[in-house]
Amino acid sequence: MLERLEEIAATEQLFAEEFAHTVNVCMAAGCMSSQSGLIKEAFDKEIERGGVERRCRVRGTGCMGLCAAGPLVTVDSQTPDEVLYQQVKVEDVPDIINALEGQPVKRLQCSIDIPFFKRQKKIVLENSGIIDPERIEEYIARDGYSALLRAITEMSPSDVIDEIVASGLRGRGGGGYPTGLKWTTVAKSDGEVKYVICNADEGDPGAFMDRSVLESDPHRILEGMAIAGYAIGASQGYVYVRGEYPLAVARLKTAIRQARRSNMLGSGIGGTPFNFHVDIRLGAGAFVCGEETALIASIEGKRGQPRPRPPYPAEYGLWGCPTLINNVETLASVAPIVRNGGEWYAQYGTATSKGTKVFALAGGIRNTGLIEVPMGTSLRDIIYDIGGGISAMGECKAIQTGGPSGGCIPAAYLDTLVDYESLAALGSIMGSGGMIVMDESTSMVDVARYFMEFCMTESCGRCVPCRVGTVHMYNILDKFSRHEGTQDDLVLLEKLCDMVRNTSLCGLGQTAPNPVLSTLRYFRSEYMDCMIPEPDGAEIINETLEVAQ
Amino acid sequence: MKRPFKTRIKTLKIDGIDVGAREDETLLELAQENDIFIPTLCHLEGVHDIGGCRLCLVEVKGTNKLLPACMTYAEEGMEVTTNSERLQMYRRQVLDLLFSERNHVCSVCVSNGHCELQWLAGKLGISHVGVPYLYPQLSVDASHRFYIYDPNRCILCTRCVRVCDEIEGAHTWDVMGRGTDCLIISDLNQPWGTSDTCTRCGKCVQVCPTGALFHKTKAVAEMEKRRDFLPYLRTMREGRK
Amino acid sequence: MTPRTEKLEPPSDDKRWRIVQATMQRNGFERDGLIETLHTVQESFGFLDDDSLRYVAASLNAPLSQVYGVSTFYHLFSLKPAGKHTCVVCLGTACYIKGIPLLLKEIENEFGIKAGQTTPDGQLSLMTARCLGSCGLAPVAVFDGQIDGKVNVHEAMARLKALQEGDNA
Repeated sequence: MLERLEEIAATEQLFAEEFAHTVNVCMAAGCMSSQSGLIKEAFDKEIERGGVERRCRVRGTGCMGLCAAGPLVTVDSQTPDEVLYQQVKVEDVPDIINALEGQPVKRLQCSIDIPFFKRQKKIVLENSGIIDPERIEEYIARDGYSALLRAITEMSPSDVIDEIVASGLRGRGGGGYPTGLKWTTVAKSDGEVKYVICNADEGDPGAFMDRSVLESDPHRILEGMAIAGYAIGASQGYVYVRGEYPLAVARLKTAIRQARRSNMLGSGIGGTPFNFHVDIRLGAGAFVCGEETALIASIEGKRGQPRPRPPYPAEYGLWGCPTLINNVETLASVAPIVRNGGEWYAQYGTATSKGTKVFALAGGIRNTGLIEVPMGTSLRDIIYDIGGGISAMGECKAIQTGGPSGGCIPAAYLDTLVDYESLAALGSIMGSGGMIVMDESTSMVDVARYFMEFCMTESCGRCVPCRVGTVHMYNILDKFSRHEGTQDDLVLLEKLCDMVRNTSLCGLGQTAPNPVLSTLRYFRSEYMDCMIPEPDGAEIINETLEVAQ
Repeated sequence: MKRPFKTRIKTLKIDGIDVGAREDETLLELAQENDIFIPTLCHLEGVHDIGGCRLCLVEVKGTNKLLPACMTYAEEGMEVTTNSERLQMYRRQVLDLLFSERNHVCSVCVSNGHCELQWLAGKLGISHVGVPYLYPQLSVDASHRFYIYDPNRCILCTRCVRVCDEIEGAHTWDVMGRGTDCLIISDLNQPWGTSDTCTRCGKCVQVCPTGALFHKTKAVAEMEKRRDFLPYLRTMREGRK
Repeated sequence: MTPRTEKLEPPSDDKRWRIVQATMQRNGFERDGLIETLHTVQESFGFLDDDSLRYVAASLNAPLSQVYGVSTFYHLFSLKPAGKHTCVVCLGTACYIKGIPLLLKEIENEFGIKAGQTTPDGQLSLMTARCLGSCGLAPVAVFDGQIDGKVNVHEAMARLKALQEGDNA
């Protein structure tokens, strides 16, 4: 079977070499919304018009990373360096085609010799922007599915788990739970039937890593899931994708179909007795469904409300069966780890956080887009070197990580080396990888209010602290943003933060106070500036209750 | 290797008292057995627990998370604290939040004197509410022949939903919306009286901890509720299987 | 309860019901397929009305109140028909700090509707999204299904008016 993969890869290679030039147009959501679809069509027409079909081909690829400069186009002329064009318009297409045999079009060219590209280490994104996500052959040509075949033919399930343990990989969805340990517990759980779930319910506002991986390299997820299924003894997997990501869903569907046809999914994979099926389940717009037990409820067709853990899904998950839930990026790291060994992966990163992490840079930063760096890269390098610094005039004020569960890290801590522990020590979290850069024009009270509004409307309503506590916290923050806060409000706000954090049922409520607590910690003076100059005393309404004695 | 015994017995400490427990007993059950008071609102004997009201949170040595006693099972060597200063503070805050969420005015409520929320407020020493009232505007549903549903007094404990589903088997009630916009609804959010699925058994009324569900014809003094039928029904039904 | 094996008669002879039936069949007429089924109804008819909810509930042997509870829990399901044109404003963090609240306010003022509402003439529905995942292009809005990045208030308002006038022309 491995030979068949090599055959497909060789054919693909030969096919690619037939063309002197390959034009790659980014067809991920970012560039697609700046009409990269039309640009690809224009290239097709222009090549036909110029009669260069034999020398030049056009491909749609996944995300190239530098979304700020989209639509992006690369030209690979089988020379060491490809040419990258930025902000390409339909009118530019003839110029690019005409320049194929000569010098690149200077006015559109974007240097690839900049830190944005040079300083990244791509493992999860190794194929993003390089392969056509809608063709399994291209994935196979880049060693795709070889890890799965190796795992099921040469390794025992516990060998596979050992590699994951050795890699030191930790959950990329936010919590940072050791992936190897999670796999071990599910593998050890009693049960004839087990499930693998890929959590692609990327709900953090300001995060688009998972979306990009699904759109750019969907087979990588399927391969990771199948390896996980083999390791824990599951034969059914579900990808739970946000309903807001139609393109990702379409590409995933195509990938599942192709993988089934190529016998990389389904029954008797690669001629072995191993079966693994994958189905897609669509989310319907509920942030709380990123929480494991809520996600399970949602796959079961119910309201996405979490339940207390333990029992953990590893023991009692989907339909009561042991269930492994991993995030997209975690599963995307699995195939390279199995292919190259856990130790290879563990050479990147810090003592406690191994490997690389994908971040989505957004907000007031010049190079908005998607990057992948080794754990332990400093915030300063990410923002100023790779990110190109602040887009507007002025300085970086704070960096928001972890979305509504995270916090705002002030610029004074820019030299922090990013890993799970260091961000937690600063009162934020790694989260799924959204990194929003805020410049001096951003009001921190307003940011806290924004996230609290988010948590308030996304609260499922099951437990009292989160359901009602977030409303009160929002109301107080709203008062502050109208410059009507009082000292009593501040006291009450801190009390509520403590209570909601310690008594809420699930992660949504337990972390909802984080943006408030971190802004209070670093930007307390901004809250003070939002108070009524002369507080007119306690304004808390005291309703009289007749308490039965 | 299979274990030679069916249910394991655990020994643990609750508030310093040594307790013997079956592994399928919850901390709440154990506390009640040993006359230790833990406040509850969403818990209802005879239907499954959801851990939603957070009143029964207890401290367990060795973990910094507070655990709901109604859904935490006995483990060997556990040391449980049920009534620390910190827990009392959080419990009072939970009640504060519940009072503030809807329109709870005890003096004009049919359940005055028979309300679990009111009783707990007294028991936990609450004399005033520490957060502003939210005053939502919710309309009362009096369309049912026998009963009235007043969402202004509802605390979303979902006892009615669970009893209707698990004991009566009608599943007339459920929750709509999310967050603080949640509402208990019958069928397709229609007047209760027009529901095709309601059997008029009144179990939901009996289990409601507040005055959100009540009998049309009963006066304030008679608004006592009967619950003992629940564990009985559950036992009878399980015995039949 | 054993799931239903035969199809129930749909509320009307509208052909779109066949797509809905196919979804339910694929999930073995099990209650688990409720969200999948509601997605199909929403896609086929644009919204979920009482008739469709009753039909789905009966077909899947699911309680009416549960079906209603699920339909109102998830933001993507709508119980009311959308307007002829739709505008979705992204409220993700990146869009928020890049000024999307101004655009939202402007549209609300201009058309006299709040987010989540449709103009009385049924022309425009204004919606918000939690995050469209196009943060690299913030601020982002979607006009009739077309994503538009780096929008400014002026352009967006012109675009909405053009949509309106396109109909009148």
